[in-house]
Amino acid sequence: MTDTLQPDGGPAPGLQSGTASGSGAQAPLEDAAASRLQLVWRRFLRQRLAIAGLVVVALLFGVAYLSPYLGRWQYDQLDFTAFLEPPSASHWFGTTQNGFDVFALTMRGLQKSLVIGLLGALMATALAATVGAFAGYFGGAVNTALVTLIDLLMVLPAFLIIAILSPSFRGHTWLIFVVLLAAFQWMVTARIVRGMTLSLREREFVHAARFMGVPGWRIIFRHILPNMASLLIIDATINVSSLILAEVGLSFFGFGVQPPDVSLGTLIGDYANAALTFPWEFYFPAAFLVILVLAINLVGDGLRDAFDPNAQGHH
Amino acid sequence: MRVTAPGTPLLSVRDLSVSFRTEAGLVRAVRSVSYDVAPGEVLGIVGESGSGKSVSSLAVMNLLPGHAEVTGSARLNGQELIGQSDDALSAVRGSRIAMVFQDPLSALTPVYTVGDQIAEAILVHETVSRGEAMRRAVDLLHTVGIPNAAQRATAFPHEFSGGMRQRVMIAMAIANRPSLIIADEPTTALDVTIQAQILDVLQTARRMTGAAIVLITHDLGVIAGIADRVSVMYAGTIVETGSVDDVFYRPRMPYTLGLLGSIPRADAGERQPLTPIEGTPPSLINLPTGCPFVPRCPMAQDICRREEPGLLPIAGREPADTQRAACHFKDDIEQRQLTSRDIFPAPLPSSDAVRSVPREQRQQMLVVQDLVKSYPQMKGAVLRRKVGEVRAVDGVSFDIREGETLGLVGESGCGKTTTIMEILNLGRPASGHIAVLGHDTARMSGAEKFGIRRDLQVVFQDPMASLDPRLPIGEILAEPLRAHGVAPERVSARVRELLTLVGLRAEHVNRYPAAFSGGQRQRIGIARALALEPKILVLDEPVSALDVSVRAGVINLLERLRDQLGLSYLFVAHDLAVVRHIGNRVAVMYLGRIIESGDVDEVFDRPAHPYTQALLSAIPLPDPHKERARVRIVLKGDLPSPANPPSGCRFRTRCQKFANELTEPQRQRCIDESPALLPRTGSPDHLDACHWATAVEVL
Repeated sequence: MTDTLQPDGGPAPGLQSGTASGSGAQAPLEDAAASRLQLVWRRFLRQRLAIAGLVVVALLFGVAYLSPYLGRWQYDQLDFTAFLEPPSASHWFGTTQNGFDVFALTMRGLQKSLVIGLLGALMATALAATVGAFAGYFGGAVNTALVTLIDLLMVLPAFLIIAILSPSFRGHTWLIFVVLLAAFQWMVTARIVRGMTLSLREREFVHAARFMGVPGWRIIFRHILPNMASLLIIDATINVSSLILAEVGLSFFGFGVQPPDVSLGTLIGDYANAALTFPWEFYFPAAFLVILVLAINLVGDGLRDAFDPNAQGHH
Repeated sequence: MRVTAPGTPLLSVRDLSVSFRTEAGLVRAVRSVSYDVAPGEVLGIVGESGSGKSVSSLAVMNLLPGHAEVTGSARLNGQELIGQSDDALSAVRGSRIAMVFQDPLSALTPVYTVGDQIAEAILVHETVSRGEAMRRAVDLLHTVGIPNAAQRATAFPHEFSGGMRQRVMIAMAIANRPSLIIADEPTTALDVTIQAQILDVLQTARRMTGAAIVLITHDLGVIAGIADRVSVMYAGTIVETGSVDDVFYRPRMPYTLGLLGSIPRADAGERQPLTPIEGTPPSLINLPTGCPFVPRCPMAQDICRREEPGLLPIAGREPADTQRAACHFKDDIEQRQLTSRDIFPAPLPSSDAVRSVPREQRQQMLVVQDLVKSYPQMKGAVLRRKVGEVRAVDGVSFDIREGETLGLVGESGCGKTTTIMEILNLGRPASGHIAVLGHDTARMSGAEKFGIRRDLQVVFQDPMASLDPRLPIGEILAEPLRAHGVAPERVSARVRELLTLVGLRAEHVNRYPAAFSGGQRQRIGIARALALEPKILVLDEPVSALDVSVRAGVINLLERLRDQLGLSYLFVAHDLAVVRHIGNRVAVMYLGRIIESGDVDEVFDRPAHPYTQALLSAIPLPDPHKERARVRIVLKGDLPSPANPPSGCRFRTRCQKFANELTEPQRQRCIDESPALLPRTGSPDHLDACHWATAVEVL
């Protein structure tokens, strides 16, 4: 009965409804049915909070990378005429004990946090997708080995291990730190991907590809992963905020980003003691962290609702 | 019983319209539908998916979701139903109008026993004691043919098969002796022998309660057998209505004509060409003005594009005649006595060049010998151990020769899909052999298997599921070519060639599957299977998921391709009419075994095995006279579990011959000895697996 209620090419329920169908642009359809991408986009636009989140993230990005040209001070410049000054016209967010400009520091920290979050989330999701899909598609020994690896990594205390390893990569690039963060972030998603692969593997188009002689790895990257694109996009978005928080947590204790570089985490850690006495040192980086994470989570929620209209609150 | 004055309709629907607001626009699902149902009559509403046939009856019952906008009127014995509050309608629903849904699995609550659920239906509308309601529930279950009704009343829905659940639904529907039963595709989810049982029960229910029935279906055969009057719906409105005989023998709307001409018939000896209706039903969003059938109608003129024809009587008929058709040219069709073949271009009969060579001299393309596929039955959560096995396929043998089509038919659960999956996997079977083009799959290396995949391709049942929704169709068609190392510059040309071959436009390569209708997608699936120029095509129910009007086009395409390209088909289907049309040979499966095989005309005209006879007699024919005159063999019960098949002949538990004709010693042989597949009817090619086979004509 439900098929009669929906127009042709209308939204298919569940996560299968997707990203990649841009047929509307290339080929005007006789029945003028909107393509899925357009429908998802339309549903996304309808959620004011998600739009607000997206705008905020974009603004933060812009301001973080334009800050060197906006403010008069760079993050590694000292102003010997102003120590511990409250916000003023020349130092918008005030200065620190050594004469660093808090605005410049915060923006630099924001840059680092954003990059670490995005890069790490991308790595974590890519790893999760690959491992999960290979385990699910090939089954057998591959599955056993990969699932054991996932289970093993899940019981390891990530925070502790990164903390222990951190002295050994001190002085090296912060990219190692990102890789480590991502390495402990992918397991839950990998299990979900494995589960979805198990059901996608039995879909007819996957059978069809297999009976044509297409090799397994190609089926995974061509047919299986694109068909859970919505899951992966949502997962990556949510990973961004959890990675930023993980970075902040580690940096707070001095295990993450190392000086002279700064991140929101090191700033919050360094100036937490000043929260009551010289609040501008602490509250500006803290406020940016809260705004950033909140905005990313709103975008993530919005994406989930747009991709899966049955999740909640639709109609 | 409620008394109605003669001549006044029981249900009178006037100008009923339903629309839904969706993301894509306003969907006008039902447009100004009017009909009457007289007391005790059966009205068939027939239409394709999306024609509004279900929505219109759900609107009468006020069962549509809240965002549906319903206008118009529906009066039951003069009482208005549209716009009533849910409370007011609750008194009507279930007592005066009852509904039987398509999916009996979701229509019953899983946590209550079926007896309780029927008793509840009685208690809601009548003040009787619980014990009395329960006693009546048992009576009703007995009426609808559930054995051991008293005991089964205490069972839960999951303990019933699909057919049995549908019986329970009917029992519930007649519990309060309604004056109207709305049955929405009551047999669509069921196998053909079970469908025969349920239609039987529906007739019984009608006789007992005197209720009128509105039967909604897409199957013209079902309508022909049971309905008094029929209304044909298209694009949300009724396009033709009249008595069953008028509509089936004297259709006056081109859509009805085309629909009747496009159904393959199980009783057609010589192969009649099917007249396909080109195109697809229109989207109900932004429906253009004019007749909605215009884009598919070969007779369409300017007037058809300008104004939508009303549902009007046909000129020159007697005043009492009830036939109405919505076509500007209905009188023209009437005067010139046009048939579907006059209006719709039918393809020329294909040449049988390959098949004119005697069968024995043609090459064996696919040989399956004593194939067995079993699944272990495991028990225990921690220490899993094998406690037995289910033989889904148990000793199946057949061969396909060059240029021919073998139809593998059987009901769900008989093992036909398992058989083709075993073939397509090209693995080593648990027992038996599979040879593709003379190569035994058990002895093939990986590279040989990869090579043989070029020659053995597959088309799946569901065109929605068999194409990756994320890839444009050009990419989908290029995939097999790339996998087999076709030069990149050849790929693009070949893709265009393939699209043209299956009757699609080559410019569409960049479109995604979602932009195509079901029939077009199935054509893409066929094009993909043909990409590597295979010799054998495995077709797994290739038309059963398609709408009736587009099936003919796909069947014709498959026939043309077979003869043009010299292909051999393994055609798996549950629809015997389609197999009769396209098949050269047929093999009938039951519980993992082939029980009858041979030339298609031979098997259909003179079936020897009692199961084949029952199967053929259960197919509804879209021919009211024949359908009313036929005597159905209605099988008892359901398919036994393959985990625990009956001893000896597997069919004996449901066999009408075993039950009615055989003597005690003969029966003993059926119980003790499993019959082999042998020629028993004279023709050496016609094999059956029945100890007491006699050829009978049932169609």
